[in-house]
Amino acid sequence: MSLKLERVTIRLKGRTILSDVSLAAHPGELVFLIGPNGSGKTTLLRAVAGLIPHEGRISFAEEALSELPPRRRARIAAYLPQGHLAHWPITAREVVSIGRVPHVSSLNRLGSADLAAVTRALDAVDAATIAERPVTELSGGERARVMLARALAVEAPLLLADEPIASLDPAHQLAVLAVLKQTAEKGGCVIAALHDLSLAARFGTRVVVLDRQRIQADGPPATVLTRDLLRRVFAVRALEIEHEQGRMLLPWSVEAPK
Amino acid sequence: MMPLSQSKLIAGLAAAGGVLALLSLALGPARLEVGTTFWALLGQGDPIDVLIVQQLRLPRTLLAAMIGAALALAGAALQGLMRNPLAAPDVLGAPGAAAFGAVLAIALGLADALSFALPVAAVSMALFSVLALVMLAGRNANMLTILLAGLALSSLSGALVALTLNLAPNMFAALEIAFWLLGSLEDRSFRHVALAAPFMVLSAALLLHGRMGLTALSLGEDVARSSGIDLTRLQWATLVGVAAGVGASVAVAGVIGFIGLVTPHLVRPLVGHDPARVHVPAMLAGACLLLAADCAARLIPTTGEIRIGVLTAMIGVPFFIWLVVSRRHSDLLQQPGGPA
Repeated sequence: MSLKLERVTIRLKGRTILSDVSLAAHPGELVFLIGPNGSGKTTLLRAVAGLIPHEGRISFAEEALSELPPRRRARIAAYLPQGHLAHWPITAREVVSIGRVPHVSSLNRLGSADLAAVTRALDAVDAATIAERPVTELSGGERARVMLARALAVEAPLLLADEPIASLDPAHQLAVLAVLKQTAEKGGCVIAALHDLSLAARFGTRVVVLDRQRIQADGPPATVLTRDLLRRVFAVRALEIEHEQGRMLLPWSVEAPK
Repeated sequence: MMPLSQSKLIAGLAAAGGVLALLSLALGPARLEVGTTFWALLGQGDPIDVLIVQQLRLPRTLLAAMIGAALALAGAALQGLMRNPLAAPDVLGAPGAAAFGAVLAIALGLADALSFALPVAAVSMALFSVLALVMLAGRNANMLTILLAGLALSSLSGALVALTLNLAPNMFAALEIAFWLLGSLEDRSFRHVALAAPFMVLSAALLLHGRMGLTALSLGEDVARSSGIDLTRLQWATLVGVAAGVGASVAVAGVIGFIGLVTPHLVRPLVGHDPARVHVPAMLAGACLLLAADCAARLIPTTGEIRIGVLTAMIGVPFFIWLVVSRRHSDLLQQPGGPA
């Protein structure tokens, strides 16, 4: 039940975004994709979600995802895009119910298992109290949690989240990441693109660094996230801060890349 | 407002539709009591009343209900697909294009007014116009682009209709066409019903089938596609469904505007904003609206009967203006939806 990318190359509009990328992710892992803007984090997630074509093979439990019918694939990989769009003032509960679309033929007749999944997802992000409010009236943090609940409600073995904590306040950032961590601990395989290096180190079981079309580093946060890597990949000089629960890197100043 | 239970709302609207249909059957040159009408509809009572109700008035009543339902469903589906409450067949120029198709078929002598060439011409032209619109504006176009493209297409089909009238072989034909264009349900027969029905059934089947996709689409295309929704298919089904419903309506009754724009807005506060849940109540409400408008058209004392298309436009245009004004400060005109 693992996700495998084998020699995946992705070209968009004639430009190579990712080249020859191989990667495996397993149940119980919370993998953070990090890398500079434009390094292909979103592209990689979108390819796994089946939204853009790719060369090479992307498989889950040894089945090539691109060969599966769309609904079946949707039950395997839940995707949480950036931006948290909502075009109609539907309620938070209705938003979360959309997570059941791959499982049912009509959202008007959700079975008890579907309703239970929706309730579990709302509870997981602590959104039960805002469930009946229009999603367009929620604050950014509440909306982010509801959108995450929508992806959780799919109850797919694979969860792909694209910058799930962008533009959230620190408390909401921690809350959302804790939910992702919980999902992984319950046996899910979670892959999330992230820009916050210290939070990646704090929550991730693994960090994959993308840059210049390739994976530059892959491993536990403590070994991957070094001052040297930050200088090479992000062109920043980082401070190394020792604290009572370990060590963290804080990007401090821009440094011209070598 | 709390959304009503879907089944209660549907039952209520169906009952209202039944009452309006009965009223519509009772109206005419010889006014009948509602009770008499009811029994005559079932074939009981004075044979002349039975004949009047079943043969002369039933087709008109049926067409009003069918066309109202078809136009409202087309509006609900388009608003769902484009994720914008301003989208509607009228705004996009589909009825105008369908009218041009029908007028062309008549003027070229392809069709006497009662053959399948007429609805086929109207449906194809409506399809052509929605396709042209999508190609002009692109799938992710903002609403402003869509409205401008719709305006351009409406003007084009208006000009082409005028050209056809201008070149019509005789004044009589031109006058006939011009009046027909205003939209009317007068003197329609069961042949009109039979002509429109297959296209409307096709339209309803296509538009109702993809409803869940529209719900998923309210969270954007990425969420819809990663939920297993085939957006290309959904888009085609919607466009063909809208063209079939609007084209068939125009072919048998001329241009009856604004039902498709207005009706989904009327039911939305009652069912919540989930685009999929709007469809069925909108169909019923659309049928009610057009039945009511058709009764009004016959009850308003004028020298000639007021055309139903004129009536719906008189009510619909101010509503459209109100809709634009009430939303001009929102992001609606910039983005297809977008975060609030």
